[in-house]
Amino acid sequence: MAMLQTGLQEIETAEELKNVINEYENVMVCCGRMGPMCIPVYEAMEELEEERENVKFFTMAFDSPESDIIKGDPACAGFMGLPFTMYYKNGKTAHATSSIQSMDQIKTVLDEKFGK
Amino acid sequence: MDEIFDVMIIGAGAAGLTAGIYTSRGKLSTLILNEGAIGGQMVLTNEVANYPGVEKTTGYHIASVMKKQAKDFGCKIKSNIKIDEYHLTEPVKKVKLADGREFRAYSVIMAPGGRPRSLNIPGEDKFKGTGISYCATCDGEFFTDKEIVVVGGGNSALEEAVALTNFATKVTIVHQFDHFQAFEHAVEEARNNPRIEFVMESSLTAFRGDQKLEAVTIKNLKTGETYDYPVQGAFIFIGYLPNTESLRGLVDMNSAGEIIVSPSMQTSEEGVFAAGDSIVKRYRQITTAVADGTIAALSAAEHVAGVKKKLQEAVLTPA
Ligand SMILES: Cc1cc2nc3c(=O)[nH]c(=O)nc-3n(C[C@H](O)[C@H](O)[C@H](O)COP(=O)(O)OP(=O)(O)OC[C@H]3O[C@@H](n4cnc5c(N)ncnc54)[C@H](O)[C@@H]3O)c2cc1C
Repeated sequence: MAMLQTGLQEIETAEELKNVINEYENVMVCCGRMGPMCIPVYEAMEELEEERENVKFFTMAFDSPESDIIKGDPACAGFMGLPFTMYYKNGKTAHATSSIQSMDQIKTVLDEKFGK
Repeated sequence: MDEIFDVMIIGAGAAGLTAGIYTSRGKLSTLILNEGAIGGQMVLTNEVANYPGVEKTTGYHIASVMKKQAKDFGCKIKSNIKIDEYHLTEPVKKVKLADGREFRAYSVIMAPGGRPRSLNIPGEDKFKGTGISYCATCDGEFFTDKEIVVVGGGNSALEEAVALTNFATKVTIVHQFDHFQAFEHAVEEARNNPRIEFVMESSLTAFRGDQKLEAVTIKNLKTGETYDYPVQGAFIFIGYLPNTESLRGLVDMNSAGEIIVSPSMQTSEEGVFAAGDSIVKRYRQITTAVADGTIAALSAAEHVAGVKKKLQEAVLTPA
């Protein structure tokens, strides 16, 4: 059952996440809650979804046990701030960030990892 | 950029969205330009229990409803934009965005609000998300059984420090003065909590660690002595700064960078109004931002009617 109220598509299972990152070359997933540090990231992603056709944007609920696949990703070791934002390229983790990120910070990662 | 909006609003927080609701409901064509996430500080607020007429809810919920109300009345909202240039002295005001787009309007309402003040000391950027946080409700659980510092001496710092003792084994409040600015009940609650310690008349000068935060450097402001204090987390609540840097020189401000307004929210520039946390005032709340936004909108509407009347008279009066 979907837990996040955003305009983005929510991934609900670990299986679904695996399928998505294998199906699409560039994927960004924001794993969080409906909280103050996460909402600005979802909002930025909603805007970017309209302009960046080379990237697929998703959310995943931090409180779902299915998101253990993200929490256990070695790229997230030491993360102590929501949301955990994941960038996947060709099925592999390309980058991850912890805590709130600005539009500029997200764009920088997208440009660097996925190209403009 | 042919269209001239009646009202252009800078900022989509409580003040800007309220102004947008009023002007667009009054049939004035309205554009809101917003740099960050729509809702501003409201979306930083997990629980709002003091907004009259609404029982306990989230700031995100209030912000979403305000945004929907504004849009339903025809208000246009553009978020995640960056304004590079302001031209406010002429009767038709103009702004230029970083992406080159330009927008014009007969009236402008400045509602850029504020943002959390950061310490701007070495290590702050490096450990954001791996030890440094600005939101206890969001990240408190990551600090379960850990020792942390809370920096600040206002209501937020003391209330959040108490909340964080539900997770952390020890919370040390570091404050630059010998007394707190918080309400007495908040100070008392913190003082009575056995997990809270106080380091007064001191400030942080650096965050230290390899991959994770391992210590903070504390400076005793009385003696000048500095020492490393081992912690695994730091929460920073040291107040807010008005988002008015880019407006300097355009409208009059006080020394704190807050915009000076008249009771009708008029700034020093004709046709330019201001509202919300960015203006000179004592209490910064959603209710006060909403009230300012309302007054600014009604004043802007009056100004726009005057400008349009003048333009009409100019057309009708033979040269
Ligand atoms: C953690 C926290 C808890 C709070 N709790 C409560 C509470 O329980 N009850 C209560 O009443 N109040 C509370 N407040 C205070 C309240 O949220 C604010 O007083 C109010 O939301 C301010 O609204 P505003 O519209 O003036 O500014 P903001 O909310 O700051 O909005 C300003 C908007 O303008 C944008 N902006 C800034 N500069 C520019 C620019 N140059 N161009 C375009 N856009 C720009 C910003 O990105 C932002 O979206 C709380 C605040 C915080 C931080």
